[in-house]
Amino acid sequence: MARRKAADPAQSVSRLLSAKEIVIACGPGGVGKTTTAAAVAATAVAEQGGRVLVLTVDPARRLADALGLKGIGNKEVRIDDEVFLRAGVTPRGELWAAMLDTKQSWDDLIALHAPDAETKAQILANPLYQNISGRFVQSHDYIAMERLYEIHSEGKYDLIVVDTPPTRNALDFLDAPQRMADFFSSRLLRWLIVPYRSRLVNVATKPFYSIADRILGTQFLADISEFFILFQSMYEGFVERADAVTRLMSDRRTTFMVVSTLEATPVREAEFFSAELTKRKLHLGAIILNKVLPDYLRDPKTAKLAQYISDHAGALGEGLTDDPAVAERVLSEVAESFLNFGIVARREAEQQAELHGAPDILVTVPFFDADIFDMEGLLRLGAQVWD
Amino acid sequence: MTTAAPDLLALKLVFITGKGGVGKTTVAAALAQLAAEHAKRVLVCEVDAKGDLSALFEAAPTDFVPREISPGIWSMSMDTEASLREYLKLHLRIPVVGRIGPLAKAFDFVATAAPGVREILTVGKLCYEVREGNYDIVVVDAPASGHVIGQLAAPQAINDLVKVGMIRGQTDWMLEILSDANQTGLVAVTTPEEMPVNETLELAARVKTETTVRLSAVVVNEVLPELFGQHEEEVFEQLRTKKAEKALSERAGGPVATVLEAARLAVTMRRTRAQHLEDLQRGLDPEMAILLLPYLFARTHGLRTTRQMATALGEELGH
Repeated sequence: MARRKAADPAQSVSRLLSAKEIVIACGPGGVGKTTTAAAVAATAVAEQGGRVLVLTVDPARRLADALGLKGIGNKEVRIDDEVFLRAGVTPRGELWAAMLDTKQSWDDLIALHAPDAETKAQILANPLYQNISGRFVQSHDYIAMERLYEIHSEGKYDLIVVDTPPTRNALDFLDAPQRMADFFSSRLLRWLIVPYRSRLVNVATKPFYSIADRILGTQFLADISEFFILFQSMYEGFVERADAVTRLMSDRRTTFMVVSTLEATPVREAEFFSAELTKRKLHLGAIILNKVLPDYLRDPKTAKLAQYISDHAGALGEGLTDDPAVAERVLSEVAESFLNFGIVARREAEQQAELHGAPDILVTVPFFDADIFDMEGLLRLGAQVWD
Repeated sequence: MTTAAPDLLALKLVFITGKGGVGKTTVAAALAQLAAEHAKRVLVCEVDAKGDLSALFEAAPTDFVPREISPGIWSMSMDTEASLREYLKLHLRIPVVGRIGPLAKAFDFVATAAPGVREILTVGKLCYEVREGNYDIVVVDAPASGHVIGQLAAPQAINDLVKVGMIRGQTDWMLEILSDANQTGLVAVTTPEEMPVNETLELAARVKTETTVRLSAVVVNEVLPELFGQHEEEVFEQLRTKKAEKALSERAGGPVATVLEAARLAVTMRRTRAQHLEDLQRGLDPEMAILLLPYLFARTHGLRTTRQMATALGEELGH
C-alpha cells in the first residue's frame, strides 16, 4: 500500500472554493461537519465576497441562535452583516442560510410534478406518502440533493456549501437520486399497480397477491396501489429530476469536502468515503480533520521530561508553592495527563499517516478549548481551514 | 451516578442508541460482556451491520444466524430480508425456495415505500427472540437516535396503517413486550459534548411521546478524569507563574512549559464537558439514571476495551 503523497502547499481550501460553485461537506457523524460547513461559508464571505449560501441540516442551537437562524426553514435567509461586524470582520459579500425541511421539500416537489390539483391533494393525503415524506430516513438524503439542485439552478449564489444529513451509511445520499429514479421506473412498480387498476388478476400475479393479502391486509395493499398509481403520473418529471441531480453532483463546479476527526472509527469511515468518491469519479476536493491534538504532545523530549516530573514530583515542587504536599500531587497529575494525551496524540498521528488516497488538500484543525457557538468561533475555525 | 441504578441486566430486551460517534456499539458490547460475566445467555444484535460489534470481541463479522463469539455471547447482524424469510417460514409455511425470490423483492420494494415494514421485521425478530426465551437478555446495537424512534414506534405505526391481516395480528404481542418496562428498555448513549447532549434530550422527549418504550438510563461515555480539586487548581496556577515555571525547568533539566500547557488544555476540556454534563442532568427527568463511563486513553477498540468498559458499567450499575 502506497503512502499518501505530501499535501501540496500551493493548494488550499481558499483556492479550491474560488474555482467551485458547490461544496458538499460529508463524512461521519459527530465530527463537526455542520460547524465546518458554516465556517467555510462564513470565511468565504469574509475573504472572497460574493453571495454564499450554507444549506444546513441541524446546527447546534447556540450557533443557530447566535447567527439569528432560529426557526428558519427551507426559505433562505440572509445573515445580518451586524453578526460579522460584532465578530470584528467586515463582510465582503453576503452570507445566506437555509435549513432543510424534509416534509416541506417533499410537498413542494409534489406540487411541482403533480399533473393537476386533484392528484396533488390525493398524494398529500395518502398515508404512505405521509410516511415517506415524514419518516422515511433515506428520503432526507434525496431531498438534500434535490434542494441543492433547485437552489443551484436559480443561479442566485456564487457558492453553495451543503451540509449532508447524518446517515446510517455516509454514501446513502450519493445513491439517493439514482435510487429514487430506479424506484419510479421499476417494472415491479407497474406490476404492483396492474390488478388494482384493471381488477384483472392474471395467473402469474395471483399467488403474490394472495400471500400479500394474507400478510398485509387488503386496505394496506390498496393504499400502496393508490400511491403508486398517483406517483406514476409524475414518473417522468421525477426521473428527469433525479438524473439532473445526479449530473450536478459530478459537475466540474461541484467538489466534496470530507470532514472527520482522527479517532479510529470516524477516520476509517472518512477513508472509505474518500475511496468511494474517487471510484464514482466525483471530485474529492479536501479532507478536513477536526479536533486534532497539539503536536507538542508527541514530542519525545517533552514526554521524557513529563516522565521525569512524574518520578520526581516531590523534589521538583519544593518551595515553589504554599503547599508542598499538594504541589507534589499536582505535578504528578500534570505529568500523567501529558503522558495520557501523548498516547492519544500519537495514535491519531498514526491514523493520519495511514490515511490513504488523500486529496491534495488535507487540513488539520487544532482542538479548540471552547465550543464554537458564534461567528467569531466560526471565523476562527474557518481561518484554520482556509490557507 | 445520580439516582438509584436501574437493573439493566434484569431486562430481556435492551436497545442501545445514541448519536453517531458517541460509542454506542462499545456500550452495547460492554453490556453484553457484563451480562455474560453474570452467567447470562446473551444475544447481541447489530442492526446497522458494520461489523464493529464482533470486532469488539475480536471475532469475525456475523450474519443473521447468531453465532457464539465469546463465552455466553451470541452475536447476529440484522437482515430484514432474512427476517422476512424466517417469518414466512414460521407462520405461512411457504416453501422457501422458488416462491420467496420475487416475493422478497416485492417486499423490499414495499418496505421502501412503507418504512414501517422494514422496521417491523427488525423489531419483530428481536421481540420473537425474547418471546421464545432462547436467551436471558437481548442487547441491540440500535440505529442512531433519530432512526431508533421509527423502529420502536413501528408496531404502533403498523397498527395504525394496517387495519387487518396477519401483520396486524402480529403487532399486538410485540407491543406487549416493548411496552413492558420490566422487559424492555432503551439506553441512550452520549458524550459530554454539546450536540450529543442536545440530541439525547430530544430523544428522551420523543421516546416518551412517540413510543411505548421506556428510557431506562443515559450513559455518558468518554468522561475525562478530574485533574484537580479546587485547592489543587490554585497550586497548579502557582506552578504556572513565570518564576515557578523557570525553577521547575531548571530542576527538571528541560522546558516544562508545554507539559503545563497540556494540563491546562486537559483542565479546560474537562470543564467544557462538565458544563454539558450539567445541561444533560438539568434537561432529563430528575429520577433518570445517568451512568458515567471513562475516557480511555490507551485503547479504543478490542476485547480489552470491552472488558474495561464492562467493569466500569458494572460499577455504575452497582454490580
